[in-house]
Amino acid sequence: MLDRLIEFFKPHVWPLVFAIVIVALVPLIAGYIVLLERKVMADMQARLGPMRVGPHGLLQPIADALKLLLKEDIIPDGADKWIFWLAPLLSVTAAMLAMSVIPFGPVFQIADLNVGILFLLGIGSMGIYGIVLGGWASNSHYSLLGALRSSAQLVSYETAAGMAIVSGLMFGGTLSTRALVQAQLDSHMWFFICAPIGFFLYLVASIAETNRAPFDLPEAESELVAGYMTEYSGFRWALYFLAEYTNMIVVASIATTLFLGGWLRPFPNAGWAGFFDYIPMLLMLLVAGYCVYRAPKQPVQIQKLVMYGVAGLCALLAIILALPVFGSAGSILAAMKPGVHGAFWFLAKVTLYLYVFLWLRFTVPRYRFDQLMSLGWHFLIPISIVNVLGVGIALYLHRSVEEGGKGWPLAASIILTILATLAVAAWLAKRNETKPALAEPEKF
Amino acid sequence: MADTILFYFFGGLAVLSAILVVTRRNAVHSAVFLVTALLATAGLFLQLRAEFLFIVQVILYVGGIMVLFIFVIMLVNLDVAMRQAQFNRAWYVWGLLAVAMGAQVYVVFHYARMQTSASFFNQAVAPVEQLEPNTQLVGQALFSTYMLPFEIASILLLVAMIGAVVMAKKRV
Repeated sequence: MLDRLIEFFKPHVWPLVFAIVIVALVPLIAGYIVLLERKVMADMQARLGPMRVGPHGLLQPIADALKLLLKEDIIPDGADKWIFWLAPLLSVTAAMLAMSVIPFGPVFQIADLNVGILFLLGIGSMGIYGIVLGGWASNSHYSLLGALRSSAQLVSYETAAGMAIVSGLMFGGTLSTRALVQAQLDSHMWFFICAPIGFFLYLVASIAETNRAPFDLPEAESELVAGYMTEYSGFRWALYFLAEYTNMIVVASIATTLFLGGWLRPFPNAGWAGFFDYIPMLLMLLVAGYCVYRAPKQPVQIQKLVMYGVAGLCALLAIILALPVFGSAGSILAAMKPGVHGAFWFLAKVTLYLYVFLWLRFTVPRYRFDQLMSLGWHFLIPISIVNVLGVGIALYLHRSVEEGGKGWPLAASIILTILATLAVAAWLAKRNETKPALAEPEKF
Repeated sequence: MADTILFYFFGGLAVLSAILVVTRRNAVHSAVFLVTALLATAGLFLQLRAEFLFIVQVILYVGGIMVLFIFVIMLVNLDVAMRQAQFNRAWYVWGLLAVAMGAQVYVVFHYARMQTSASFFNQAVAPVEQLEPNTQLVGQALFSTYMLPFEIASILLLVAMIGAVVMAKKRV
């Protein structure tokens, strides 16, 4: 019996380990994204941001998490207790499930499904339930309005996001996330270059799907207190936040996998770009050196120690990243390279994408709800459909070349269809501008 | 063995939540159990190695249609609906229908057992490695053999969509 159990679990050991690592690390990473967000916001507003807990507020996320765990858990009177209890769990489960098909490296992936990208779309749309049910179960008008806004927004922007993903998929010719990255390696370019409009559309739609500013209408503080999570407190509230930040990581990972080359370093096939292999290590050494340089200036002894600790961690990472580069070819160290460096490049791209999210949040003011709907339905969805059509035509024009006949070179056909799509976009924008507003605000 | 366990897990979940859908008084609870039933069915599809069907079920029914269901249910005045007694008096029609469907299920099972000599509680499942990725197969079938029906279905859906927009549009 035991033998059979071991036999049964053998192929599942590594996926299980990866799953545990992800479930353990994601809350920590989400906490540090919050810290990053506050620091970036502070920087853009010429402030310092959190500075008290740990050097430069480095331990702030841990303090925040402790505070949230120790807070009183309130369930409002008249709330539907079961659904109130279930909703945040649904949100987190959906967000975490989506992490399972994301390839963080050529080996570091829980499951490589044949329908990987579709799985991400489907699981992403399941996250709506957490928001809708949570808003309804709270028995509060602010929550219900937030939930309704949120579901309307998610349903509207899902189409645009899906179509944007399709335009990238057409270059890859597969739905599996790992095969998509492999296709970008084989075709010598990231799909961001082939389908820039698709990438841009996905960027906008993914901001709307994660309810981030400027599309954060579901939790517009000035109108709805906190939207669907108004009545939530303590741990459940923390779960909603965890789900939101996990979703941000997920959409950034989808964009990275599909458009930004996944775990590939820049110019993965070019021999002259070999110096990119040294960059991760040098970057880590730079951060470590900066920490050592800043440490004596910290006011408190323990903050100095934390600073040295961070420096040590970065130095350790630098060593881990350096070993495969300097290991002799064919050795086990060199074999580690795709995994270790792949994870580095993947996370670097995800961080960059998330930085754009934060940047936009502090730059662009919040949309009005009819503007949001108008942008989604009158601009993004038509453009995304035209874009898919354009990519199809470009691939068709190019296809006869691959079969040995005469045809258009890929670059020419892509540029042509991009220009055509942009022309349609300009026409749509002009048309939307001259048209009267979709819904005239009623007089109160 | 794992396959059998998974089958009975998903099957049981689907049946249980289907029963709960019709017995709950609260419409939102019913909708939540309907979502569970649909997800369990999706799990059964996945267990049959029909990953495309699985994901289409999740995206369309769970992620699309049921969200709109819940959306509408939330806007209906639930308190009034919950206080109303059952007003449907045509229960014997549904009873007959249920018996007919039960008989149909029995017939299907009966012939399935006669065709494959597999035992009732232990269905054999094709190994994963021997199957082609079925997204490609579905796509090829739709765009070659079944091109005309597929296009007719698409145009029907488009007509329905345009009709809905025209009916919902305010006269400006």
